Amino acid sequence: MKSAGGLRARFPTRPEPALSGVPFRWALAAGVFVVVAMLLGLALGPVDLGIVGVVREVLSHVPFLGVDSSFSDTEDAILWELRAPRVVLGLLVGAMLASAGAGYQGVFRNPLADPYLLGAAAGAGLGATLVIAYDLGGDGGLDLRPPAAFVGAMLGVALAYLLGRSVGGRQTATLILAGVTVASFLTAVQTFVQQRSAETVQEVYSWILGQLETSGWTDVLIVLPYAIGSAVALLVHRRLLDVLAVGDDEAASLGIPVARVRLLVVAAATLGTAAAVAFSGLIAFVGIIVPHAVRLMAGASYRVVLPLSLAFGAGFLVLMDLVSRTAVAPAQLPIGVVTAFLGAPFFAVVLRTTRTVGP
Amino acid sequence: MRLAARDVRVVLEGVPVVDGVGFALEEGEWLGLIGPNGAGKTTILRAVGGLVPYSGSIRLQDDEAGGLRRREVARRVAVVPQIPVIPPDASVLEYVVLGRTPHLGYAGSPGPRDVAAARSALARLDGAHLVDRRLGSLSGGERQRAVLARAVAQDASLLLLDEPTSALDVGAQQQVLELVASLRAETGLTVLSAMHDLTHAGQYADRLLLLDGGREQASGTPHQVLTEELILRHFGASVRIVSDAETGIAVVPLRPPVAVEQPVP
Repeated sequence: MKSAGGLRARFPTRPEPALSGVPFRWALAAGVFVVVAMLLGLALGPVDLGIVGVVREVLSHVPFLGVDSSFSDTEDAILWELRAPRVVLGLLVGAMLASAGAGYQGVFRNPLADPYLLGAAAGAGLGATLVIAYDLGGDGGLDLRPPAAFVGAMLGVALAYLLGRSVGGRQTATLILAGVTVASFLTAVQTFVQQRSAETVQEVYSWILGQLETSGWTDVLIVLPYAIGSAVALLVHRRLLDVLAVGDDEAASLGIPVARVRLLVVAAATLGTAAAVAFSGLIAFVGIIVPHAVRLMAGASYRVVLPLSLAFGAGFLVLMDLVSRTAVAPAQLPIGVVTAFLGAPFFAVVLRTTRTVGP
Repeated sequence: MRLAARDVRVVLEGVPVVDGVGFALEEGEWLGLIGPNGAGKTTILRAVGGLVPYSGSIRLQDDEAGGLRRREVARRVAVVPQIPVIPPDASVLEYVVLGRTPHLGYAGSPGPRDVAAARSALARLDGAHLVDRRLGSLSGGERQRAVLARAVAQDASLLLLDEPTSALDVGAQQQVLELVASLRAETGLTVLSAMHDLTHAGQYADRLLLLDGGREQASGTPHQVLTEELILRHFGASVRIVSDAETGIAVVPLRPPVAVEQPVP
């Protein structure tokens, strides 16, 4: 193609710093937040291991440093077999929920979008309820709730997506309505099943409120590939989400395959959400407040919002889990209750002290 | 860039919205599409920009528009929509950099050259002072300047303008059109625009194409197309065409003749 009509050739170009992604001070803040949350999560609990002790123990595993651990065998086991898997699972779940929320908000240009928008929660709820109510896999000692919740979440979103597409139109509103439709239907089925076996209501209810209990590193290893896949796919699309902010038509006129980008982001966010939900139940609110708090404080570009949501979501959930297992020890509060109870006032403060911004 | 459209038809929800329209633009030319609401102006622009399927032929330089990848079209054709979607929290610079999208890889980030191109585009449109402003805080005229800068940063050689001045006051309208005219003069940009304001259409475009009901009704120089008779027939408007060396062509609306004579004092 001839470039005689092109414009760039006429511009004097001078060296210019690239538009920065995440500002350095925010990257630093996010890093510090995650490390502090991890140390607190590892150190505190029914047995206080002490932050210094935890740091020494961790460093003692680094070769050539010559740091000796002060831990007894019991303390060692508490740290590595009980707390560490739980903290790492918290990091993964928080990161996935927050980044999935940011992804959904970008792709639907809707500030109220959360990771459960397209029926993931209802599908997961139904899957887990079926397992609990009919006591599936219970005798073999096999916990079928996570896989059932995972499959339910994926199926719920797939149904909503197919319904939205078949109704036609490239409108995001159609897709959201399809999500609402599928969610209502699945919730109805779930409620029906639950009512039929009233003795399991308590267990279903506490699953829905969310909990972060693990049977050790196995769960972490199962979640890890989903977390990595979802995070990488979302981060790859972070700039394209900024382009989508000008609407489907204009994004298309800028050369973006809009429908494909939307499908990929929804798929990545759903994969992460389903994996998180499978091991944590329905933790509400993280997917909305973390991205919005980041947006209000650090900027609206998804090149900033997505990576920071990932980091702050991870640290946030570890801290919330810490509260949920220490506040009324030896009992545990459902983590979904803690995230909403502490997250809501925090977000109210952020809302009041920053300027108003949209999605 | 040369643009040649032949027998273009677009059917939307069973209704033929554009019905056998053809035109040709040489490099650096400005063609204005005029016509009443619903005449098919916007749809033609959307077909050229690859945003709606069409039958017939639309050739961008030597390639059929419908056969090009979206990204390839975006490198050649920049669109200024009628009502741009404005992300209010983006800075003007971030917004103008979006124009570099067709030149970046799928997962790529804008580099120093892209930022430089965006700054130059803004400077070119006398908008250098706007770089750090939030879009939500701009006036209508400033905002349209940012949208135009995004199109310029896109580095395309065909510019599609869909009613680029419909939300602006008369001063801002004139500024925007003057900016397009000077861009065209300096860079050989080819312009295809849909315009409501017939006076502006006559003053800025080289040639006009009058559409009604999805079909071509007249085409030629502004003097050939902007006649009192054609405007009455297709817009149902009584106008007087004024033309002299100083004003160029101007279309002045007249109040329709009243049945009862006004009493003479």
